[in-house]
Amino acid sequence: MSVYVDKDTRVVVQGITGKQGSFHAGEMMAFGTNVVAGTSPTKAGTKFNDRVPVVSSLRDAMEFEPNATMISVAAPFVKDAAFEAIDAGIKLIYILTEHVPFHDSMEIYHNAKRKGIVMLGPNGPGITAISSKCKIGIMPGKIFRKGNVAVASRSGTLTYEIVDAVTRSGRGESTVIGLGGDPVVGLSYIDVLQQFEKDPETEQIVLVGEIGGSNEELAAAYIKKHVTKKVVAYITGRSAPPGKRMGHAGAIIEKGVGTAESKIKAFNEAGVKVADYPINVPDFLE
Amino acid sequence: MSYFLFIENIGGLGETLNLYEYMGKEVFRRHGIPVPSGYVVEKETDVRKYEMPVVVKSQILLGGRGKSGGIKFARSEQELNASVNQLLGSKIRDLAVTKVLIEEMIDIKKEMYVSIALDRTNKSPILICTSEGGVEIESVSSDKIFTRIIDPLLGYSQFIGRDAVNFMKLEPEVGKQFMAILEKLYEIFNTEDCELVEINPLVVTGSGKVIAADSKMVIDSDSLFRHREFEVLDPEKTPLELEANSKGYSFIELDGNIGVIANGAGLTMATLDALTLHNAKPRNFLDLGGTDNSETVSNSFEFVLKANPKTILVNIFGGITKCDTVATGIALAKSRFGIKQPIVVRLSGIREEEGRKILKDAGIDSYPSMMEAVEGVVKVTGGN
Repeated sequence: MSVYVDKDTRVVVQGITGKQGSFHAGEMMAFGTNVVAGTSPTKAGTKFNDRVPVVSSLRDAMEFEPNATMISVAAPFVKDAAFEAIDAGIKLIYILTEHVPFHDSMEIYHNAKRKGIVMLGPNGPGITAISSKCKIGIMPGKIFRKGNVAVASRSGTLTYEIVDAVTRSGRGESTVIGLGGDPVVGLSYIDVLQQFEKDPETEQIVLVGEIGGSNEELAAAYIKKHVTKKVVAYITGRSAPPGKRMGHAGAIIEKGVGTAESKIKAFNEAGVKVADYPINVPDFLE
Repeated sequence: MSYFLFIENIGGLGETLNLYEYMGKEVFRRHGIPVPSGYVVEKETDVRKYEMPVVVKSQILLGGRGKSGGIKFARSEQELNASVNQLLGSKIRDLAVTKVLIEEMIDIKKEMYVSIALDRTNKSPILICTSEGGVEIESVSSDKIFTRIIDPLLGYSQFIGRDAVNFMKLEPEVGKQFMAILEKLYEIFNTEDCELVEINPLVVTGSGKVIAADSKMVIDSDSLFRHREFEVLDPEKTPLELEANSKGYSFIELDGNIGVIANGAGLTMATLDALTLHNAKPRNFLDLGGTDNSETVSNSFEFVLKANPKTILVNIFGGITKCDTVATGIALAKSRFGIKQPIVVRLSGIREEEGRKILKDAGIDSYPSMMEAVEGVVKVTGGN
């Protein structure tokens, strides 16, 4: 068991012949992900990696019964690609692309929500479910080991750093989810906490947060009320100056909102231990 | 009036763009929100005859301009010329005044506040308004403020305006104009890809007209591909930051002495945090992003070196960015720029061993873990 994806997840890659799309589709297949089709406006009729049919539209791809999509098209075209996926009834939409206007993300999110579709990203590394051998996104496959630690994060490389530390400590992961670094992303901590709490494979949870917004504070309040499993956190950006966007569009302290102190305090009050360094996260795990 | 676009890197680096008051008012005018009549000048000789009295407003991105002497009033031609002369070329809290807006003086009976912004938690626009405008919204007591999350798929509808007008207890004639402005403000928020659009104060004049006396607009820079008319305006950025950004690096100057290069925004931030927890001070934030190109790695040193750090820390968790690519880039930079400062490198992940060998041949220390590298660089940096 894993959350959002499992052994029956069938993935279509929108933009499978692009630089990013083709590289990561290949890596996903190497991990064991069932990539059933890909779309490309110019290379329809060919096969990707000699195996995966490339078609010109998502409508054509539905013949291969995908239930999840990875969107890897340029930012100006993401909204259209996501609407195409929503219209086709794909159940999970992951957007890899960076620099999507947040007004577009907002529209995608609310349309997806109306139809009970899960949106993941934009600007995040995706989802990896270790026991289901299903990876959608760009996480390096080699850092994982099967285990009972679920991880949710707003960043990419920092997630790998922490997963790597968890794996090196002799533990392993159940499902790892990168929510995305934008101000508007599909899944929030609370959404994934609900899933992790229900997931029999997950026994403990790591949340990796960063400055900006108040989703970590909301997560802390939710944990206090609804989460019985052990939660450990790491927050980055405690040395960030106010008013600066620290690489991620969403990582900014504005008018005193979104500081690392506030997030750490909220987690501490909810009984969640916060590690000082990424490497210390496993010290607080069972 | 036309605006020019100075950005090369469309899509930007997750920055936002703040529009000057006069540009925001131009957008308001275009969408039919009433604004005072006026014009912008960049030199004194552009001042033309105007019906007195007028207000002369410095075009700088700063709250509380009036209190800092950035707004002047003129009742005669002489006073107008003197005010323009005084403001143009002056500095207000370190910001240079290169443009002033000359506007008709409005007869203010009442000041209100209205804004539409992104509510990150609800992933929706949020309307905020109060009949007590003219001051910072943060200083208004919360029971006087009307807030409403707007469902972006439903959009603005009159019922929202009615609720706001009732809450604010506006007179019917004022309420009618207020609602018309709200509808246009929402249209601006959407069509111009705003993160924030704010009118403070929204004024009721002596003759009962509702007019936007100021404008604040923050545009999502990721939307620039469809808003090429907006000039890039970010007074917060240093020249070095602008230079690095124009080359595609996410770069921020800080006030310490350890240069930092890492991959991924989160890991870069975590590196700064780790240094700070060791009582050391980073000189900069530089995120290589997901590159796997030695030239990109090597060129990034140019900006770190221009910031003149005492030492340099490179922290790489190799994935898409492979360790040997990074090592080649570092070695290249060392010989190309003749780097004298100690460079401490952490390499972990894909092609770690190959990378470590390249560095060793170039005489550069490397560590497998972030903590060792942080401790290593702190040691060679010594005291601040």
